[in-house]
Amino acid sequence: MDIHEYQAKKILSSFGVSIPRGGIVYSPENAENKAREIGGAKWVAKAQIHSGARGKAGGIILCNTPLEVAQATDKLLGKKLVTNQTGPEGKIVNRIYIEEATDIEKELYLGLVFDRSSESIMIVASTEGGMSVEEISKEKPETIIRSKIEVAVGIQSFQARELAFGLGIEPALISRVSDTIIGCYKAFSELDATMVEVNPMVISKQKQILALDCKMSFDNNAMFRRSQVSELRDKTQEETKEVYASDRGLNYVSLDGNIGNIINGAGLAMASMDMIKLAGGSPANFLDVGGGATPEKIVKAFKLITMDEKVKVILVNIFAGINRCDWVAEGIVQALEKIDVKVPLVIRLAGTNVEKGNEILKKSKIKYIEANTLEDAANKAVKALGN
Amino acid sequence: MAVIIDKNSKIIIQGFTGKMGTFHADEMIKYGSNVVGGVTPGKGGSKHLDRPVFNTVKEAVKQTGATASILFVPPAFAADSAMEAADAGIKTCVAIVDGIPSHDMIKIKRYMRRYTKSGKMTLVGPNCAGIISPGKSMLGIMPGHIYKEGRVGIISRSGTLGYEAAQQLKNLNIGVSTSVGIGGDPINGSSFRDIIEKFETDDETDAILMIGEIGGPQEVAAGHFARENMKKPVIAYIAGLTAPKGRVMGHAGAIVSAYGESAVEKVELLKECGVTISKNPSVMGDTVKRVLG
Repeated sequence: MDIHEYQAKKILSSFGVSIPRGGIVYSPENAENKAREIGGAKWVAKAQIHSGARGKAGGIILCNTPLEVAQATDKLLGKKLVTNQTGPEGKIVNRIYIEEATDIEKELYLGLVFDRSSESIMIVASTEGGMSVEEISKEKPETIIRSKIEVAVGIQSFQARELAFGLGIEPALISRVSDTIIGCYKAFSELDATMVEVNPMVISKQKQILALDCKMSFDNNAMFRRSQVSELRDKTQEETKEVYASDRGLNYVSLDGNIGNIINGAGLAMASMDMIKLAGGSPANFLDVGGGATPEKIVKAFKLITMDEKVKVILVNIFAGINRCDWVAEGIVQALEKIDVKVPLVIRLAGTNVEKGNEILKKSKIKYIEANTLEDAANKAVKALGN
Repeated sequence: MAVIIDKNSKIIIQGFTGKMGTFHADEMIKYGSNVVGGVTPGKGGSKHLDRPVFNTVKEAVKQTGATASILFVPPAFAADSAMEAADAGIKTCVAIVDGIPSHDMIKIKRYMRRYTKSGKMTLVGPNCAGIISPGKSMLGIMPGHIYKEGRVGIISRSGTLGYEAAQQLKNLNIGVSTSVGIGGDPINGSSFRDIIEKFETDDETDAILMIGEIGGPQEVAAGHFARENMKKPVIAYIAGLTAPKGRVMGHAGAIVSAYGESAVEKVELLKECGVTISKNPSVMGDTVKRVLG
């Protein structure tokens, strides 16, 4: 789960990380007042969307008067920002963060992620803040320093200090940079985060260490014990069909193609997508209804897929284990009694009681194309596009 | 003996009396697995499925001599249960449950570092289908009948894709020595490398089929191990050629976040390690057959 910049800043600030003064607004009037309340001589109006690279997309505006802050807010609110991370449809701006402008002396990069190889938390830092970590590793890989933190004992002061000295920080500021690193680590480990990124972490002309832009992502599996974090979810930043799916316990990712998929199991779903591609087609989605493929999940899956106007053919591929094909077939028949499917439907069942399952489908009134193997299913789905 | 479990392995069910635990314990018993009891804290002393229920894993081990366990406890309590099993001297523990926080998985693995290599429990999963040695024992939730007895080892992150492979092999009259589902999470108890190492020394296995997917470094790490240390042939299929970068594809661990984690890159890196690639999921069986000659 992702959260907004202002939410991440609030969290990090509670762990001792310094941030510029700022506040969130939902209207231009509000924005003007907020700028006066914050004080100072210059402000930045920052569009809050779940994406980086907002500056290049025009989502960050420097303002010289409270009136300009109001104007910038007016310009950004309700707009769809398209960045290199949002896809062509962009993301809607519903909230603006107003922040006091910072006089920057130096921009640094600080990121924390899970390292799957060492199964520890990896801290990555660089003197080249402001660029994405991908850009840094491509253009200035020699500036990247890393530190693996042993999760059982947590971060030690010397590890933070080593990173700070590694960044070439002047001695007077070492302890403040160390505190920022330690604060980010604590937020990561205490809130079940999967990523914390402060980019840039800046040294201001006044020698403050500030988190100027922050991103945090969290482990969805841990949200049951992090209610304060899960409350920060902003569904307006997620794709409509993906929200519909996640609220109903389906694993769904929207894609660009026109063959809709209903599959049980994530691996089999990815494999079916691969087969569609090999057969010359293109999947409209990834959809895993879960290994069990219960009739309720199948009904929900059909509802979801038929919402998608791109879909010209639907491919159902279920490998039934203990759930049995006859039971799955009954689920499919029930679903199609409730939902009107107007596009060709290809169904491949496999596994336990496959003959019984296919017989139930044949005896029912549903119109479909039967397939026997993965390859057969993909080929028939692509062929059905032409009909 | 088969790799990891065999016909005599004494199995206990953690979360025995719950709905999932009951259903799958019954399936395992029907398959012929030697289920000797189970654990549900607070229900010790009673009987369930004609087998004794214990309050703690230690007590269950002491009374039954169990060496293997399977977890059917909710994600919030799974880490605790796995550590309890390790502490009680269980040798093999399978965690079926989907949804264990990554921080908890790291905690379990650090906890297990206190044991010497020979005394350490093999944890398989979470978010997996479990282990089956066809005709001998099933410590998992798979449909046992689709596995034919034989000499190919299967390791898969995905449950249903592992079933697909077993079925393709069966249709070609090729059997399986042991199939291990290692699960779809970013951090798991046993990696591909851990399991292929066991298969290499297993005298009932001739070749290994590894079914991977996008995300993480594990498949390639196993490839490097195979190149340096293995004589038996390794065949691999990697799912997710069409998966977009940066998106989680169902499995929490199926996300491309670094170089070498996409399906195309993994395939290239595995080829360099001398692993035979099944170029698509419908020819996993055929590819194994070709390698076996």
